[in-house]
Amino acid sequence: MATVEHSDGTLAAGPDGESDGLRRREFINIAAVSVAGVGAATTLYPLVNQMNPSADVLALASIEVDLAAIQPGQAVKTIFRKQPLFIRHLTPAEIQAANAVPVGSLRDPQTLAERTKEGKPQWLITMGVCTHLGCVPLGAAEGEVRGQFGGYFCPCHGSHYDTAARVRKGPAPKNLEVPDYVFKSDTVVTVGEEA
Amino acid sequence: MSFPWAEEYRPKNGLMRWLDQRLPLPRLVYGAVGGGYPVPRNLNYFWNFGVLAGIALVIQIVTGIILAMHYVPYDAQAFRSVEHIMRDVNQGWLLRYLHANGASFFFIVTYIHIFRGLYYGSYKAPRELVWMLGLVILLLMMATAFMGYVLPWGQMSFWASKVITGLFGAIPLVGEPVQQWLLGGYAPDQPTLNRFFSLHYLLPFVIAGVIILHIWALHIPGSGNPTGVDVKTPQDTLPFHPYYTAKDGFGLGVFLVLLAAVTFFAPNYLGHADNYIPANPLSTPSHIVPEWYFWPFYAILRAFTVDFILPAKLWGVLAMFGSIILLFFLPWLDPSPVRSGNYRPRFRQFFWILILDILVLGWCGGLPAEEPYVMISQVATIYYFAHFLIVLPILSWTERTLPLPNSISESVLHGEEREAAPADLSGVRPATAAE
Repeated sequence: MATVEHSDGTLAAGPDGESDGLRRREFINIAAVSVAGVGAATTLYPLVNQMNPSADVLALASIEVDLAAIQPGQAVKTIFRKQPLFIRHLTPAEIQAANAVPVGSLRDPQTLAERTKEGKPQWLITMGVCTHLGCVPLGAAEGEVRGQFGGYFCPCHGSHYDTAARVRKGPAPKNLEVPDYVFKSDTVVTVGEEA
Repeated sequence: MSFPWAEEYRPKNGLMRWLDQRLPLPRLVYGAVGGGYPVPRNLNYFWNFGVLAGIALVIQIVTGIILAMHYVPYDAQAFRSVEHIMRDVNQGWLLRYLHANGASFFFIVTYIHIFRGLYYGSYKAPRELVWMLGLVILLLMMATAFMGYVLPWGQMSFWASKVITGLFGAIPLVGEPVQQWLLGGYAPDQPTLNRFFSLHYLLPFVIAGVIILHIWALHIPGSGNPTGVDVKTPQDTLPFHPYYTAKDGFGLGVFLVLLAAVTFFAPNYLGHADNYIPANPLSTPSHIVPEWYFWPFYAILRAFTVDFILPAKLWGVLAMFGSIILLFFLPWLDPSPVRSGNYRPRFRQFFWILILDILVLGWCGGLPAEEPYVMISQVATIYYFAHFLIVLPILSWTERTLPLPNSISESVLHGEEREAAPADLSGVRPATAAE
């Protein structure tokens, strides 16, 4: 068989001179098992991938929100990718309070400017998911406690967030996550789209 | 397992020895499908189909469990969830088409497996229980396939569930309550769909259990072979691995190529377009037929058109179930001691007539219930029962069989010229008696 030309000695068989047949059998065996193995591995792909988010889930991956009705000092809760999204219209005082904090003193150091879009520091858009264990913090709806720092307060394990939604106290390791979003106009924002 | 010369399992390393002493699972596998199971050396490719049926079941279970992750057994959403699988779920179309066509291929290989058994006399002693357990598996497969077909809740699904449960309505006195019990209502509805989903998920595992019994019972006498002659010496057998794992592996490759070809290039060829219309309890499709693998039985069901003591409907139902129940008695309806059709020239002719008869029944079952198809299915139904109840018993007593080879190894070595009377089967009329 032309495919197996190299004699590596180990396969050379006994005195009956059947070495060629033996190597041919080895070759066929390895080739057949390899093809079957590649086929089996390829088959695994759809079996595993079917559990990933389906097309209809991905189709809801971005939402459009009209900000026109949200007054300064007010916040709204909406739903983005099946999770709460907080959109907050900061007052000048809240912006000032956020900017007054020395960044170096923070657990997850970020400035308000880094957490908002350029020229729109009054629009603080974050996920409403506590970075500790995933509860929904209070403070977005009217009358809810906003914690010691005037932002959000998570009732599950007592994490306090400030007016830039940065963690200031409690077990949460990170600031509230800022999702990707772009301003389509001055008052319309698309969440889930990169700029 | 079956013969004294079966290779004993020897653990290759310390870990396997440790395992073998505590849980001899590798020993079990080695003895069942490894080098420890001696198999007649003369098996042809028809002996691939048992393994293929087992693999078809595995394909159905794997794709089925995945479909159940995305399917909703709720009447208002079942159809939509199937479309969701087809359009939105990643590769969902592939998995559903594999499941639907996989069912057809499961029946194809199972029917060939059964015909193999009919031709080579695999139902004869000492393998009667192997045959009967196989028939139990066939009945379970039919129930599973039927209930699975209902789940997409399309037009054919709905009306199939109505028609098939209606069969039970033919039973005198208790028929109607039984049908309502099966449906959970007066017509197929939410309760029907939910229980069919539950049972459709359960039964494949019951099938797997009966398959274990089927193989267990088979491995006591060992596999049959195309000559029907018993294994006598180690020269008659080869270890299952690597000889038959390789042969089955080749057959599996061919099987998978065909399954993939249909799945990718003609995924709806074996289905019905009507089942892509959501179930509508107020409108029956104009031509309602089951899936192709039920056609022969459907033809038998519809062949009874005249009331005779009992209503025609009941006769049809009895005959349809009877056509399979009858096969449980086959080992005793055909007591000829010669197993293989290769050595039974008259039996062989009638075997092919039976195959043709079943194909005709299948052809009629897929056509509308009109003349001349009704009459053709009536004739074919009569022949089907006559074959088993009249032809086979008479054949087995009157047929002059051909001389059997002395042994399997001798038949493989083409020593037919030295053929002699069977030495192993008592009560055989010696075929080589002086002419």
